[in-house]
Amino acid sequence: MFKLLRQSFMLLLVLTVITGVLYPLAATGLSQLVFPHQANGSLIERDGKPVGSALIGQSFTDPKYFWGRPSATTPNPYNANASSGSNQGPTHSALADAVKQRVTALRAADPGNTAPVPVDLVTASGSGLDPEISQAAAQYQLDRVARARGLSSAQVQALVNEYTSGRQLGILGEPRVNVLRLNLALDMPRTHGS
Amino acid sequence: MTTNDYLQMGLYLAVLVLLVKPLGGYIAALFSDTPNRVTRIGAGSERFIYRLCGIRADEDMGWKRYALAVLLFNILGVLVVYALQRLQPWLPLNPQHFGAVSADSSMNTAISFATNTNWQGYGGESTMSYLTQMLGLAVQNFVSAATGIAVLIAVIRGFSRRSAAGLGNFWVDLTRSTLYLLLPLSLLLTLLLVSQGVVQNFKPYLDVSALQATTVSEPALDAAGNPEKDAAGNALMKPVQVGTQTLPMGPAASQIAIKQLGTNGGGFFNVNSAHPFENPTPLSNFAELLAILLIPAALCYTFGQMVGDRRQGWSLLAVMLVIFIPLLLACTAAEQAGNPLLAHLGVDQHASALQAGGNMEGKETRFGIVNSTIWATATTAASNGSVNAMHDSFTPIGGLVPMWLMQLGEVIFGGVGSGLYGMLAFAVVAVFIAGLMVGRTPEYLGKKIEAYEMKMASLAVLLPCALVVIGTAIAVMAPAGVAGIANPGAHGFSEMLYAVSSASNNNGSAFAGLSANTPFWNVLLGICMFLARFPLIVAMLAMAGALAAKRHVPESAGTLPTHTPLFVTLLACVVIVVGALTFLPALALGPIAEQLMSVHSISLGH
Repeated sequence: MFKLLRQSFMLLLVLTVITGVLYPLAATGLSQLVFPHQANGSLIERDGKPVGSALIGQSFTDPKYFWGRPSATTPNPYNANASSGSNQGPTHSALADAVKQRVTALRAADPGNTAPVPVDLVTASGSGLDPEISQAAAQYQLDRVARARGLSSAQVQALVNEYTSGRQLGILGEPRVNVLRLNLALDMPRTHGS
Repeated sequence: MTTNDYLQMGLYLAVLVLLVKPLGGYIAALFSDTPNRVTRIGAGSERFIYRLCGIRADEDMGWKRYALAVLLFNILGVLVVYALQRLQPWLPLNPQHFGAVSADSSMNTAISFATNTNWQGYGGESTMSYLTQMLGLAVQNFVSAATGIAVLIAVIRGFSRRSAAGLGNFWVDLTRSTLYLLLPLSLLLTLLLVSQGVVQNFKPYLDVSALQATTVSEPALDAAGNPEKDAAGNALMKPVQVGTQTLPMGPAASQIAIKQLGTNGGGFFNVNSAHPFENPTPLSNFAELLAILLIPAALCYTFGQMVGDRRQGWSLLAVMLVIFIPLLLACTAAEQAGNPLLAHLGVDQHASALQAGGNMEGKETRFGIVNSTIWATATTAASNGSVNAMHDSFTPIGGLVPMWLMQLGEVIFGGVGSGLYGMLAFAVVAVFIAGLMVGRTPEYLGKKIEAYEMKMASLAVLLPCALVVIGTAIAVMAPAGVAGIANPGAHGFSEMLYAVSSASNNNGSAFAGLSANTPFWNVLLGICMFLARFPLIVAMLAMAGALAAKRHVPESAGTLPTHTPLFVTLLACVVIVVGALTFLPALALGPIAEQLMSVHSISLGH
């Protein structure tokens, strides 16, 4: 019994050093060497300062920006420090109420648009930090953004296409549009009248 | 369901099955009694470790000594993880200056990680220091998984050895699982994940200024710092501009790799693999998804190889797939159909070329429906418990599938090692039932199954069932249990049933709306997790010890072959009947009632 206890203690110590210290250090060293940009959060910089991560969404409510997925994080949406979904069950009345409010807000920002609202635009994401929306959600908002910015729909469509990713390797996941990168591109000063 | 749904499910299963033989054969070589190419490579470092720890690698442990070593090692692990959480404010690598974790939460988390459950009552990015994550949680991710594999190998030796006293050496089995299997696979997966955008650094959290400031309402404070109230006594709120976003950082990738491979499931961040820093792209998702079932599936082949008849391994894998695939299809169909209560609100839930459609509440855009349902099914079939979508927001039938898969005893793939030894317990029960039907002493793999083995196998099968039913009953009757519910009605009951099912089968996933980080839930679930793991291990080792001591019975005309479709069907039926009989009443009160209610309210036009 005592011998087993000593062996337990020593082996736990040795395996702690191997899996708890050497392994994460080796993993960090290798990652920083081979993929430094990704390992440090895929940051986007504007004028030399980080304005966000390409992987973490931000909250947009201004009609001139594309809006992302509703976020259930607290106290403010897209609080990257406290990721969270709504955890509302499908029959919870709070879910239907929240969806109703979101539909109303979208319609108020774009009164002429009577198309049905794509579901991802009115349902909270799992992380509360979803950086992307479906192509349908981008199309739904396209005319509103173009109008608010005095741009043609074709100009905005070109940018949307630029920040759309297809299925990875042609089969995995879903096609999607990165909201923060798209909005940053919309804010860029336009040259040559384009 | 869409064509792409089928394509992605098919691709996942095809890649998984293709990897079973190469990896399973490699694992069998690791634990072979004769030295071979694989074990020779690391022989030097292995010898060094054993010398350092005073371990004699050639000691053959009887089942009692093997079990005692498992228990001592794991209980020591519980104590270390507990101490790290309680002492983290005074320890290094705590750049966010997190305080000590509460006693009940620390106890719950320590048991949770040592039992390979990885239930998480806390939010990772707001609770645990980097040191606690690395030295406590990540280490247990490795050694709890390695413990599962070691115990499985000992149980297999019980079948393959003849008239033997020992089951092998726990220290050697543990060390080899860790060094030769879990570590190299984890390092490989880490690099793949980082290439996709999973963070891996030791930096403090980073503040960035957001493109558009958001407005939040906060309680207004008077000059003395007390909340101001209006005439009705309600707290006054004032709008506050939030212009910065704090991006979490840390050594996430290395921990995520092992939490997927070791069927652990404990996330680095609160929302686990739904977090874009934990699972940023469809490719990272595919890799993490593959890692969930990879080792449990490969171990079936290892089993066949070690008992000298590979067909035995394939037939167990077939049982798992026969149950897994229909449930995967059911879950996907339910989620893809969407939420009927949203249909008349002007919301478009149809799948099209431009959107995945379906029930997107709690799901991420990059994964859509099908990648969320493959994950939900795989993570609860295996006792992984990580999530990439919020199961609490699944449709009633979509949420029933993961709950029932856990209640089947975590034997459809199950935890690394623990899933297969659980399935072997079911196999013993199945041959016993077949033996009753034809009036013959049952045999499995050339060993006579007698009263003692049946007792141990039944104990292993029934213990988790009893824990779920009794635990849920306690929670429902206790005010402190009901207080944790987030959703009203039948769904609230589902939240509790899911939590206790998850803990009592060492899964660890949650209907996350339940506020489970309270003394009541921490203690109840802590006890369930502990009892579901260690008594079961002892029962299985006892059975293996008795089997190892027996002589081999040569196959005769009366022997029931256990590699045929007939046996696959019989075993699948035994698993399903036990799961259905035990839990149908409880499921009827939860997800089934909710499904009927949502159909009912639509027919009434609400």
